[in-house]
Amino acid sequence: MNAPGPLAVLVVIMPLLAAPLCVLIGRIAVARWLALLVGWASAAMALTLLAVVEANGPLSYALGDWAPPWGIEYRLDRLGSYVLLIVTLITALVFSFAPRSVDREIPEGRQIPFYSALLLAAAGLNGIVVTGDAFNLFVFLEISSLASYALISQGYDRRALYASFRYLMMGTIGATFILIGIGFLYMMTGTLNMQDLAQRLPAVFDTRTVRAGFAFLTVGIGLKLAIFPLHLWLPNAYAFAPAVVSALLAATSTKVAVYVMLRFTYDVFGQEFAFVRMPLGSILMLLGAVGIVSASLVAVFQDNVKRMLAYSSVAQLGYMALAMGLANRTGVTAALLHLFNHALMKGALFLALGALSYRVGTLRIGSLAGLGRRMPWSSAALVIGGLSLVGVPPTAGFISKWYLILGALESGWWPLALLILAGSLLALVYVWRLVEAAYFARPLPGPTEVSEAPLTLLLPVWALVLANLYFGLNTSLTVGIAQRAAAQLTGAGP
Amino acid sequence: MNSILGLFNYWIVIFLMMTGFYVVIAQGNLVKKLVGLGLFQASVFLLYISMGKVEGGHAPIIDAFNRVYSNPLPHVLILTAIVVGVATLAVGLALIVRIQDAYGSVEEDDIQAHDNEADSD
Repeated sequence: MNAPGPLAVLVVIMPLLAAPLCVLIGRIAVARWLALLVGWASAAMALTLLAVVEANGPLSYALGDWAPPWGIEYRLDRLGSYVLLIVTLITALVFSFAPRSVDREIPEGRQIPFYSALLLAAAGLNGIVVTGDAFNLFVFLEISSLASYALISQGYDRRALYASFRYLMMGTIGATFILIGIGFLYMMTGTLNMQDLAQRLPAVFDTRTVRAGFAFLTVGIGLKLAIFPLHLWLPNAYAFAPAVVSALLAATSTKVAVYVMLRFTYDVFGQEFAFVRMPLGSILMLLGAVGIVSASLVAVFQDNVKRMLAYSSVAQLGYMALAMGLANRTGVTAALLHLFNHALMKGALFLALGALSYRVGTLRIGSLAGLGRRMPWSSAALVIGGLSLVGVPPTAGFISKWYLILGALESGWWPLALLILAGSLLALVYVWRLVEAAYFARPLPGPTEVSEAPLTLLLPVWALVLANLYFGLNTSLTVGIAQRAAAQLTGAGP
Repeated sequence: MNSILGLFNYWIVIFLMMTGFYVVIAQGNLVKKLVGLGLFQASVFLLYISMGKVEGGHAPIIDAFNRVYSNPLPHVLILTAIVVGVATLAVGLALIVRIQDAYGSVEEDDIQAHDNEADSD
């Protein structure tokens, strides 16, 4: 066993223990600092783990010293440590943003449980990424989902409650589908360890049970991933959740679902089964394409800014589904890049909206009028995040769209490349609506003088905005890791 | 005949699963939806428990007789899944209580009508 192994467990254990500690200690200040500390400590550990995995190859830790495949194994390879880094980084930034924003949106009596739920969600998301055990993955998925249902319901609009309930229904059905799928795989192989499954499955590929298990897993993960047409829970859940929660979920939880999809299709089942024996590639490409166009079109006509961005998330997940469906190395690279970059842009956008709504309240297109002058920093963050969403160079969004188009052309799907461009144009339309409202519309009449958001809110927002620009200019880190992880994923299969 | 009687457990699982799924989709009352969801989850518990059973197998306790044992692992897994199910039910019911307070109804149609009104404002 290698020395940094325990770090992989600590990124799960720390938030998991901090969550009840917040409630037991019962002081808001302690809960805030604990969340902040745990958030940044996890990010630092994820960075260390990524460096170790890059240098020494996959890292494995046997929980309780029970050797895998009998015991539960935590396993980090390139893909895992890369996703873990982006998830923990966004979580840390969101936790830094949280204190002021939560003070404004959540009544004082509910703040402590709110922080514990945030920590639980983070523990679940980190757990999904580090675990090497299929059943363990289901448990972590449910930990993060249950925490998210509670968090979404804390929005001040009552529609948040119903949105949360709908998410609970669809999320539980999705998780149960995943559970059925894992059960079928266990029936055929007698193992739950993912590495072990990957080795034993090829012998039983030609059975109806494995095919059914694959179908259940795909639909279940698709529900969590909000792939079109399984996205119906997402727009309202993101639109009415508190600002912090929208940012955290939009930037991390669907990304983790993309990770799970990649892990199962490319790693556990292997590319040959998923794309040659089963028609997953064409399904993902078709649904991704329809999702990009329809969700972008709906986003253009939204009046609630948060819901507009939520629909845009559905469209962006369509790009990721499409990239996964291409099933070539460039496609997987594009999916991984877009996973990273979309987390950066949606994190920046939702946090910027949080900063704006800190001063303005409910965010409708009309209420943005004149904010370009009154809140220059928050509005500029919104614009740069929006440009990244469209894919304008030199933002991070450009890089992932570029690789996506390359991947589409490489497999001869040039109409898809056109579709990606069309989707980006639609994104330009809805981002332009925000820009027009913020900078060119006449400010609303009224005595309310709005000033810039406090610095503690602006810092995390601008950290993400600058990251959007940085990773648009210096691509060696993201593209390098994504390419190596993609090579590992696509090379593993026959 | 064997595919009906021999796979009796699994037919029950499918029946329960589809019943639960249908209730989730067709019922407008949120509490009933949650009951359907519970049924749907319970059917999966039965699926796991059935697959762990070995014909003629005993409980996996080592004793003097050299026995065939049933596989205990699926049972343990399902213990975890039951806990998850209970937690889901609790969160769902808590949400329904808050929905009843906020909307004065737990009927999907009423809530959706209120929401559409709020959306079009």
